[in-house]
Amino acid sequence: MTHLQEQYDDLEQQHEAAKLGMWAFLATEVLFFGGLILAYLVYRYLFPEAFRQGSKEMEVAFGCINTAVLLTSSLFMALAVQAAKVGKGKTVRRLLVLTALLGAVFLGLKSLEYRNHIRDHKFPGAAFHSELPHAEQLELFYFIYFAATALHALHLTVGCAVVLVIAWRAGRGAYSADYHSPVEVTGLYWHFIDVVWIFLFPLFYLLGQAS
Amino acid sequence: MRNYLNEDYRLSSWLLTRDHKRIGLLFMLSITGFFVIGGLAATIIRLELMTPAGDVVTADTYNKLFTMHGVTMVWFFLIPSIPNVLGNFLIPMMIGARDLAFPRLNLASWYLFMLGGFVTVYALIRGGVDTGWTFYTPFSTMFSNTHVVPALLGVFIAGFSSILTGLNFIITIHKMRAPGLTWMRLPLFVWTIYATSIILVLATPVLACTVGLLLLERIFHVGIFDPKLGGDPLLFQHLFWFYSHPAVYIMILPGMGVTSELITCFSRKPLFGYRAVAYSSLAIAIIGFLVWGHHMFVSGQSVYAGMVFSFLSFLVSIPSAIKVFNWTATLYKGRITFHTPMLYALGFVGLFSIGGLTGLLLAALAIDVHVHDTYFVIAHFHYIMVGGMVSAYLGGIHFWWPKMSGRLYPESWGRFAAVLLFFGFNLTFFPQFILGYLGMPRRYHEYPPEFQVLNVMSSLGATILAAGYILPLFYLGWSLKYGRVAPANPWNATGLEWQTASPPITHNFEVMPEVTAGAYAYTEHTPLPLEVADDPFARAV
Repeated sequence: MTHLQEQYDDLEQQHEAAKLGMWAFLATEVLFFGGLILAYLVYRYLFPEAFRQGSKEMEVAFGCINTAVLLTSSLFMALAVQAAKVGKGKTVRRLLVLTALLGAVFLGLKSLEYRNHIRDHKFPGAAFHSELPHAEQLELFYFIYFAATALHALHLTVGCAVVLVIAWRAGRGAYSADYHSPVEVTGLYWHFIDVVWIFLFPLFYLLGQAS
Repeated sequence: MRNYLNEDYRLSSWLLTRDHKRIGLLFMLSITGFFVIGGLAATIIRLELMTPAGDVVTADTYNKLFTMHGVTMVWFFLIPSIPNVLGNFLIPMMIGARDLAFPRLNLASWYLFMLGGFVTVYALIRGGVDTGWTFYTPFSTMFSNTHVVPALLGVFIAGFSSILTGLNFIITIHKMRAPGLTWMRLPLFVWTIYATSIILVLATPVLACTVGLLLLERIFHVGIFDPKLGGDPLLFQHLFWFYSHPAVYIMILPGMGVTSELITCFSRKPLFGYRAVAYSSLAIAIIGFLVWGHHMFVSGQSVYAGMVFSFLSFLVSIPSAIKVFNWTATLYKGRITFHTPMLYALGFVGLFSIGGLTGLLLAALAIDVHVHDTYFVIAHFHYIMVGGMVSAYLGGIHFWWPKMSGRLYPESWGRFAAVLLFFGFNLTFFPQFILGYLGMPRRYHEYPPEFQVLNVMSSLGATILAAGYILPLFYLGWSLKYGRVAPANPWNATGLEWQTASPPITHNFEVMPEVTAGAYAYTEHTPLPLEVADDPFARAV
């Protein structure tokens, strides 16, 4: 069974193309999240008080645990890529299942957190309520928070699904030392989701905590 | 003989194809359809503007018409025009590859494009949208009662098609070039598509993000852009133009690439200053990301920002002028023949120059305040988009038609259509410069009576222009059945795409090519392009 698609000359060219393709895709993702982060910075500059208040209302414990969970998942992902390079299919499967599991834990904790926000009437829109002055500025904070973290969660959900598919195929011996581009490319994507969270976590949870 | 067209006739072999050439043709058919819809809207606009009174359509309908015209022409014709049709068809052949790097993504790009196109056009036709193609907030989020959500949803979906196609081109050009094909030997068409792809990949996600925020604001009524709720409407304009100004270069760079191919071929000379022209494409792409604020000179952004944006906008003219001067220098002492593609290319150079020079006027802060939102702006960007890009697109379609279809089109009809388009275009849009300078604002269906003469001229010109568009549909269609069978290289052009049969086989080359010279190895001994024996015009010139 050959893995070489007909448009390529050899496996190395195909592997290089796949990797560069994923990097280019991640560049588009940076710009995609970049718009949201720009909106965050503009409004943080315009409404510093409301945004400080927003950070204080965040449950830092949730954020910290989720950060640890996601970083650990990235460790398993990195190990899976290493195992794929030497062709250990069963190990790859085990590590990838662990990776997806931790991704699911992150999503579970995040949805608990969302539930608390909604319970506290912090979901933007008609139901939003805050006793504080400039409630509409605080609502903007929550709007950007929900938009950014939900977009991140969506990426993570897709990531979990892809990782599970790759894990299943790895278990069936689809990858070898010669051909493991799908594992490596999925790894790049997973680490990117992790890095996005590394930016979102301090922006929403930590800035403004100290004051 | 087997080729990519006759290999399989079943419908499924087209709808599930991964062949870049077939996908290019799918895009060609689709954007022709969208062009007709956008063109019909423009027709009613020009009809309304024949008289000063608003007597054909109501003001509301007029708003919906120019929105429909703008949205379909920008996102569903111009942006995919040269990249997705000619780029798809030619890039793998020009670099000596069997296909693009990711053929399945390429097909997915077409499906996303069609899905987005249908959603948007359905919204535009069934309900209409009255915001203009720019969707400025807070009007689009809080006040407009029209179908903003589905129209933008379609644009959002089509954006992913742009991203996938741009990404595919970048990887293909980086990783799949034939042995010996160094960057400095690439055809300039490939260079411009590369620069365009960088913009597609880096700017389109920002549009997706902006459109997403706009939709959320409209659905949840949260004021991210609405000043009444603490939002900042300028933020929308910044984000929107951060995409849409670079997008203007998506709509002209590929045309410059086609022009470089045509002018060298029909002058029988290597391109003058190849290196400078190649790098100028990248320069346009990069500087193009830094000039968006010139759309906002009267929006209330800071005067200092305005000055910086004005200066940077002037900078873009340098790489653009490098191209124009080098095309002209290429013509110098060339063995020029006036075949149809060359007429389009020469038209491109002239019309692009006028569009570019008037762009300098608009980049100047004080003049822009005077002509902002007038017909001067309309005329300026139509000289670039229509005079430039559409001329280049049609020139390219004619030039590579023998390669695509395996048939020659009737040369005299081609020349006639090219000249008709040039005159029709100028008659349509030159009066609009004057109208705008005299103060006629855009986006109104009524105007003071003293503007009528110029408006009637413009509408008459539009009729001629329309004939210039419709003619090729007929004679190109005719040539598919009755045209003379094309040889592999009817123009005696250099370039790898001419070394394979017309039409090519599915994987392009019988023997994978190796490259030993630059893209434009024309010498004084290169034979002239094919003279069409039964063509009186060809002998006359």
